[in-house]
Amino acid sequence: MTAQRRQLLLIALVAVTLLVLVASIRYGAIDFSIAEISRALASLLPGRPEPTLDQRIFLELRFPRAILCLLVGASLGVGGTLMQALFRNPIVEPGLVGTSSGAAFGSALFFVLGGVFHIGASLWSLPIAACAGGIISTYLVFLLARSREDGRASIVMLLLTGLAVNALFMSAIGFLSYIARDPQARSITFWSLGTLSGANWKAVEIVALTTILGSIVALRYAKQLNALMIGEEEATYLGVNVNRLKWIILSVNVVIVAVATAFTGVISFVGLVVPHILRMLGGADNRFLIVGSALTGATLLTLADLIARLSVRPAELPIGIVTSAVGVPVFIFLLRRRQYVF
Amino acid sequence: MLVGRNITFRVGSKELISDISASFAPGGLHLLVGPNGAGKSTLVKVLARLLRPQTGVVEYEGVDVSHASEAELAKRRAVLSQAIEIAFPLTVREVVMMGRYPHFSGRPGPTDEQIVDEVMEHFDVTEFKDRYYQSLSGGERQRVNFARVLAQLWRHDSVDSCRYLFLDEPLTFLDIRHQIGFMKQIRTFTDMDVVTVGVVHDLNLAARFADQILMLDGGRVVANGPPSEVLTTELIGKVFGVEPTMVQTADSGLHLIFN
Repeated sequence: MTAQRRQLLLIALVAVTLLVLVASIRYGAIDFSIAEISRALASLLPGRPEPTLDQRIFLELRFPRAILCLLVGASLGVGGTLMQALFRNPIVEPGLVGTSSGAAFGSALFFVLGGVFHIGASLWSLPIAACAGGIISTYLVFLLARSREDGRASIVMLLLTGLAVNALFMSAIGFLSYIARDPQARSITFWSLGTLSGANWKAVEIVALTTILGSIVALRYAKQLNALMIGEEEATYLGVNVNRLKWIILSVNVVIVAVATAFTGVISFVGLVVPHILRMLGGADNRFLIVGSALTGATLLTLADLIARLSVRPAELPIGIVTSAVGVPVFIFLLRRRQYVF
Repeated sequence: MLVGRNITFRVGSKELISDISASFAPGGLHLLVGPNGAGKSTLVKVLARLLRPQTGVVEYEGVDVSHASEAELAKRRAVLSQAIEIAFPLTVREVVMMGRYPHFSGRPGPTDEQIVDEVMEHFDVTEFKDRYYQSLSGGERQRVNFARVLAQLWRHDSVDSCRYLFLDEPLTFLDIRHQIGFMKQIRTFTDMDVVTVGVVHDLNLAARFADQILMLDGGRVVANGPPSEVLTTELIGKVFGVEPTMVQTADSGLHLIFN
């Protein structure tokens, strides 16, 4: 796999991402023509008249939603790549080891209790609550999956424990929506299925910050993650401080996935499918995978969001339903191929 | 020069190696022999500083390595292990390039590219440099790993300190032709002033290639010296529980026959 071919692939992926972005801002409950879009964007320039209602719908709903979708997709894609590199196993993703459901629970709890105790005026409280939930659930999965003899977590144990912890946090979310007052309850239900309908520019800013910073940190450790592919001992012999690497990568992963989940709810299987597609196209070099999975994750989630918005228009489906419908068959196919060591 | 002083390594309350002291000179091929559970592999890992002993020190060139950083150590110490499995599609060249990881940050430089090409040529793996590691046979894989390890220790202007090569049973699962081939390569490489310490199971291979043999039993050194002194009928009988017949051949020296 030559470096040149990978570069071409990445350039192609950028082009596809932009293409999908244009489709995503054009079509939805109402369609905007390119001319309308440019007029709406132009209305932002100083000295122009106030935007019309249609233009405001575009600027305050459609456009931030499309951008948030790109960013969340990128987070989930990168998160999947990092998890798979860390566990040296291509069958894990953030949704499967509890991070997403814990983050969703943290957010839901914040909404319910925040209302009761009147906390959470600040912009960052929701993402922080989500991170706390994500850290707790991920840590819980690791703690419970660890073998008593050598302290390592086997993949089978990890997946099964993840399943149990996911179920636990999902039922906790269900409980919260049961005790919550009505308007909150609706947003909580949406969380467990995932939705981008709550997108706004504040969410875009926060998710952009964590996604971009997280990806840059991850990219710095791409070489060390490559070394990890041949084994933990071998990576140590190649000069990698494996424990430090694990902590850094796990933290980056929890933060980017939890913050994305805070604004969109649980969206599964993107992180699983994306790195697979890329490895088939361009091999397993993590430098390529991290950049590529950001782009491919963004593209796939945007496509899923288009399906969610267009299939029952003018209403919309929770996006998690779309990603699961596509992701579950792929996951089962990968399991059935059994070329991986568990 | 590699020196281990009074090394004891415990897991829980079980002592895997007890109070071992030994020194290993550059240009010497030092092999550890002993029955299963004698502590050979543990000793190699302690000397390579993968494991940190509870007591005792390991010195490279007279300097205690317990505070050296992984990155710094990796420039002059490499380990060839047994049968490495990779779950992801990596090409042969990518695996060999990993040997250069300690020597560059960011992207590989022209020197790294050149060294990788040279070692691949040397180990006859150039013809499948773009194939996936997963698709290779056991012998081919080990050739790739050997090339990777040599790429790591390749002599190069910026590094002139002593180099250390450790062998953690690298010949396991290989056929006899590969075993002998690899031992010859290791011999040649060791002659370039490298300190080589390793575990090899076949006593005949040890007899033929080693300069110094350290015989371990129950975590302790039973004998330490040239093959002719250590590989004796009495010692082998005592430690392994089977007594060999010794045969001296004209060309390759000592041979052990187990009945």
